[in-house]
Amino acid sequence: MYRYDEFDEAFVRERVAQFSDQVARRLAGDLDEEQFKPLRLQNGVYLQLHAYMLRIAVPYGTLSSRQMRKLAFIARNYDKGYGHFTTRQNLQFNWPALKDVPEILGHLADVEMHAIQTSGNCIRNVTADHFAGVAADEVADPRPYAEILRQWSTIHPEFLFLPRKFKIAVTGADADRAAVRFHDIGLQVKRNEAGELGFAVWIGGGMGRTPMVGYQIRDFLPEADLLAYSEAIVRIYNLYGRRDNKYKARLKILIHEGGAETIAAEIEQEFNEIRYGVLRLPDDEIRRIETYFAAPDYPTRASESVPFKRARLADPAFDRWVGNNVSPHRAPGHAIVTVSLKPIGGVPGNATADQMDAVADIAERFSADEIRVSHEQNLVLPHVALEDVKAVYDALAAAGLATGNAGLVTDIIACPGLDYCALATARSIPVAERISERFGNPERQQEIGPLKIKISGCINACGHHHAGHIGILGLDRKGEEFYQITLGGSGDETASIGEIVGRGFSTDEVVDAVQQIVDTYIVHRESSEESFLAAYRRLGPAPFKEALYGTA
Amino acid sequence: MSDAQAQLPIWKDGSFGADAWVAVSAETELPADPAPILVPLAEFLAEAGRYTARDGDIGVLVGAGEDVHPLVPYLGDLRLIALEFPKFADGRNYSTARLLRERFGYAGELRATGDVLIDQIPLMRRCGIVSFAVKHEPTRRALLAHHSVEVRHYYQPVQSDAEVPAGTRPWARLPAARLPAA
Repeated sequence: MYRYDEFDEAFVRERVAQFSDQVARRLAGDLDEEQFKPLRLQNGVYLQLHAYMLRIAVPYGTLSSRQMRKLAFIARNYDKGYGHFTTRQNLQFNWPALKDVPEILGHLADVEMHAIQTSGNCIRNVTADHFAGVAADEVADPRPYAEILRQWSTIHPEFLFLPRKFKIAVTGADADRAAVRFHDIGLQVKRNEAGELGFAVWIGGGMGRTPMVGYQIRDFLPEADLLAYSEAIVRIYNLYGRRDNKYKARLKILIHEGGAETIAAEIEQEFNEIRYGVLRLPDDEIRRIETYFAAPDYPTRASESVPFKRARLADPAFDRWVGNNVSPHRAPGHAIVTVSLKPIGGVPGNATADQMDAVADIAERFSADEIRVSHEQNLVLPHVALEDVKAVYDALAAAGLATGNAGLVTDIIACPGLDYCALATARSIPVAERISERFGNPERQQEIGPLKIKISGCINACGHHHAGHIGILGLDRKGEEFYQITLGGSGDETASIGEIVGRGFSTDEVVDAVQQIVDTYIVHRESSEESFLAAYRRLGPAPFKEALYGTA
Repeated sequence: MSDAQAQLPIWKDGSFGADAWVAVSAETELPADPAPILVPLAEFLAEAGRYTARDGDIGVLVGAGEDVHPLVPYLGDLRLIALEFPKFADGRNYSTARLLRERFGYAGELRATGDVLIDQIPLMRRCGIVSFAVKHEPTRRALLAHHSVEVRHYYQPVQSDAEVPAGTRPWARLPAARLPAA
């Protein structure tokens, strides 16, 4: 893991002091709410429907046990005993008092954490593949690059008042687990024919009310050019992005209206001006940052474990959990464990303080002290020995965290929605809970297979509904919540935006509608090997429309 | 800090001073004496000779979103470029400031005007701005009291004599004054 040195430590302490002073000046009336707003947002403080919300950065989703325990401590002492893991690998507390926020930031600084730039019209927390460094299919660990980008973007004096928010994601494998094509800048670490490291680069992807899949501006950007190229992109965006309408202010709109090739040419020209300047990354410095992310020394293990196999045979629930929540690891005899934060009928992404502590303990004992947060609102234990998997499962079960549904129909992404959010037009969480209950039977879920349902409570699309195989968007129609359904979206390497299937559904109807869609898929799929997404792409919307609305 | 300063508009080098620059436009008759004049960018570019032929210093006012590339041939003639921040949240002129300083080598005074607030001044400084037309009263009070709670560890290199490299990371910077004299 990255560790702060004296420079980073001094930096984060100064930042806490700065924000404490800003809060004091706000309370004294020297700053009005309009002036204070971007300052608090750049420190993760939102004004929600009922209270302030604090969004804490988990850079590229990597946490140590010590950091997780601190989050549990904050949940217990400053909130209502729980926190909410988000689709950008961050953690939100929904009930802190503004006056306590500087103190909370001080506690975070004690464990090398902060809430900087988790909101506001600036470069946000940089996300990465939650299997980074351990995935069997990875070319290189994306986190050293994400860390370099995190540092460069932190209080960047030129880029704190951009037209709108700006999101960067990095992955290191062909299988895109970081949704890089839905970010303002998406990077995929790769090697060129000469074996040199660099990036495929996408720009201008995003969700929101105008969802767009990113435009691939580079097939291969040498790694030394990472910061110069990023600075060129953000500078062009800062200078030319629209500021007259917040809904047309993202980079995707600049590219859409200006023309991808025109904007790309501007970026390349700017890049050529600064390419060989101070932002060029020296190889030895990249390699030095990389050493922070070196894998633990795994003891040599056989690639198979007899006790693990026996446990699978003996316990069908464990066997099913392994099938869904355990992924291949690049070290023989090891596994990546996904800890589902999607209990049947529960709130997606929520964890209690006790659960956070339990995960911290399990990670300390069985996963080299390391935890990941996934953009699908789950946790990941990245370094588990196969023969420990059963013990991990038992410990998770004791904490109520052994739901074996990763990637299945009840592994739902949902934004906080109208239960918390001031922007929301409808509730998301209760819909997620009801869908989860409807499909809660484990055999039924297994029969349905991989299926991503994503729910947003407004058009801003924090629940990523555009990228859901089944997407649900909650809207308001004359004071009544109703839900629009999209089909066929995907956030992976085959990125696509879901298509609206037809008229929306009431709160009472929406769960039945989802079930009809699922039933229709089961009837039409070629075999159980054909996933929902594959079937939809083959069939198109017609059979689903017919099932939902009758023949046109 | 004197009461006299309380009326003066321009913060520079640690104190408030008078604004000697006379705003002119295409319709304005130019002052006869060699008083320094401040001309909006478009009007300067439309009739540069009218202003450069005159005795006296020239400054140009650049609005947010205005392209300064056409100004490059004249940069040596200018003693002031005033960058407008119509709203503090409009960040376009941060980029323009860096382009003027770092790309085009503009060496004269770079000033922020408009909605200039205490929390943005450190960022403006890092981008090369050295003087500030400040109207906001709490900001004026804070400046006069030298009340400044800044983050003075930087994760980005900007081209500035005021900052020096720090540690092994090639992008890390510290304020130059903090280091012991060589």
